[in-house]
Amino acid sequence: MGLFILRRLGVMLLTALCLTFIVFWLTNLYPNLEKLAKTQGNFRMSDEAVASYLDKNGYLQPMPVKFGQWLGVLPGWTYEADGVVTGRCFPADTPEAERASFCGVLQGDWGTSTVFKDEVGTIVSTRLALTGKLMFAVMLVMVPMALIVGVLAGMREGSKLDRSLSTFSIASTATPEYVSGVIFIAVFASSAFGLKWFKGSATSAMENATFENFTLPVVTISLYGMGYIARMTRASMTEVMTAQYIRTARLKGVKFSDIVLKHALRNALIAPFTVIMLQFPWLLNGVVIVETLFNYKGFGWLLVQAASNNDIELLLAVSVVSVFVVLVTQLISDIGYVYLNPRIRIA
Amino acid sequence: MEELSWGSIIARMLMQLGPVWIALIVLFTISITYKRKLGLYGKLFDSTIGMIGFALVMFWVFVGIFGGPLDMLVTHDPLSQVSGMKNKVPGTPMRSPDEGEYAYFLLGGDNLARDVFSRIIKGAWIVVQIAPIATLFAFMVGITLGLPAGYYGGRLDTVLSFLANLILAFPVILLFYLLVTPEIVLTGIPNYMALFLFVFPLVFMCILLNSRYHTQPKIRTPLLIGVLGGLGWLYLSLVSTDGSVVATPTYSIPGIPAFLDLFDIDPGILVVFVSVVFVNSPTVYRIVRGLAMDIKTRDYVAAAQTRGEGPWYIMLWEILPNARGPLIVDFCLRIGYTTILLGTLGFFGLGLASESPDWGSTINAGRRLLALYPHAAIAPAVALLTLVLGLNLLADGLREESLRD
Repeated sequence: MGLFILRRLGVMLLTALCLTFIVFWLTNLYPNLEKLAKTQGNFRMSDEAVASYLDKNGYLQPMPVKFGQWLGVLPGWTYEADGVVTGRCFPADTPEAERASFCGVLQGDWGTSTVFKDEVGTIVSTRLALTGKLMFAVMLVMVPMALIVGVLAGMREGSKLDRSLSTFSIASTATPEYVSGVIFIAVFASSAFGLKWFKGSATSAMENATFENFTLPVVTISLYGMGYIARMTRASMTEVMTAQYIRTARLKGVKFSDIVLKHALRNALIAPFTVIMLQFPWLLNGVVIVETLFNYKGFGWLLVQAASNNDIELLLAVSVVSVFVVLVTQLISDIGYVYLNPRIRIA
Repeated sequence: MEELSWGSIIARMLMQLGPVWIALIVLFTISITYKRKLGLYGKLFDSTIGMIGFALVMFWVFVGIFGGPLDMLVTHDPLSQVSGMKNKVPGTPMRSPDEGEYAYFLLGGDNLARDVFSRIIKGAWIVVQIAPIATLFAFMVGITLGLPAGYYGGRLDTVLSFLANLILAFPVILLFYLLVTPEIVLTGIPNYMALFLFVFPLVFMCILLNSRYHTQPKIRTPLLIGVLGGLGWLYLSLVSTDGSVVATPTYSIPGIPAFLDLFDIDPGILVVFVSVVFVNSPTVYRIVRGLAMDIKTRDYVAAAQTRGEGPWYIMLWEILPNARGPLIVDFCLRIGYTTILLGTLGFFGLGLASESPDWGSTINAGRRLLALYPHAAIAPAVALLTLVLGLNLLADGLREESLRD
């Protein structure tokens, strides 16, 4: 088991390194840098002005060198013009003795955001906390609902209850967040239908989440992910319900509710566990859409801001975090599967 | 003129969609009459869920075909702005309709005073075109790489699976934001990706035919020349625009000359298409690989190996046909997922032009005024929902029917 985790961690590290390099490469392509220079300077900059801006800020070095500096394995760039030395790792008026030469992710320095003019580390952590709140609420709604729907549908295969619940879960997987969100806002928050039950914007939920302003975003994300988990739960529940030991229990005359709750449920929940863990990357997608739609300034909103402004260091931090989330959930789902299911053993 | 009531709006829409209903009825009558002779497709008509799904899907396919290239169903031009119709509710009459012009905006006007009903119909054509073709390409890539990975295993499998997991670990939206921008189009990266991804159908067909007929050179050689010639021409037309395959401001790689070029693709659509294929193919790869690993242990594969068949013959003519059930089901689901992805791209205003009538862009344009005029966003949202729901139900029906035998 230890070796397995160690090997997985190695692969994870390699994946994360490859992916950040791809992001780094794409954001550092010349047209993107040109756009960055123009948004930082002004939009009518000449080509020479763009080139000199980029040169002054170290963007024109070779790609691997820049990547190494970002990682913190190569010394940061310095630039000398008219006797003034500027550099990646120190502000303009630092005395020579105090200038740090390495500053990168390995040194804990994630750089500065060109859009927000702030430390990337602090921006990401505040936004991540806000999204964490949203995700927590989503999990609280989605997981129990999905499991209940799946178990109810799967305990009597082919019954009317099963048919209607299955159709419901198919419908919910067929409704992406931007469709359900739009419909929810129109029905429950707009003046057109007159039911002003909830708020169409979740901006106020960032400080103070209430039932009124937090329900719609949470329900919107939960609904799309729920259908899939419910279908997996149903599939595993129907399989368990046909097993020999369930038949034995029925023949012994155990009450049906006891069979479902005591005999079937525990075995039926192994498969959905992995599915729930693997839902996290999907939820990230939903989070981006919902945060944009409801104007909730969390991690997804940050991703959109960073990407549309080509804010390189912020975007890199955002992608590191999201890739990390994906890989860690995959690892947890594998380990959890082994842990929950005693029939599987990995050397 | 009076504003239309909801009853007459619905009646008028049903009438406007007349050709679609006729086509649907004809299709269903023929299919149900001959359902015993039509294999898996015919069996679909035994399951209610499958039939409902199929009807929903075919409804939008017919709407797309009749409304797109045939230009029938639409009541107004989807791009022209009519004065006085900005944000008007469904059923609003036009102020001064010209002679022979449809006098109402059946589903109201959007924030640029365009007819929502006509835009949805034109948008259906975009979705009905791109989603299945992109899914097909993703399947070609996934099958061509997944079969050998599952069949041979070993180092090939490790490398390919690592690459697939690499793409899968990327959050889809981040990938879209990085790939589908005008700046990336300038660098020519989408063209390189198109060059790489679109070659897979060619490779697939080549291996498929060669592995089957390589013992009969008399059939194989003309067949391969014909098929590869035709597909190659299509491929070159697909990847080259104005006589060059990749055109950036600094350099260009020449392709086929413009007079041989069958069609040109708008760079905005190409980048959307390429990124959707790119995102979908690793998942297909994983499914095909899993199926191949499962099926290669069967007796008929062992029999073919004993007969001395080549590995590609076994993969493409023994394993692939036996994996068709799950693959067809996944194909339907994946078209739905691709539709959702296209909508996502439109929702974030990536790729397609902002005046494009596709559903995602229309939802994106409509959501800004959602609290006051929800109709402009709800109509495309419902359209997308019904199409994807139809595809999911269809897949469910197919799964049930294919499991039965």
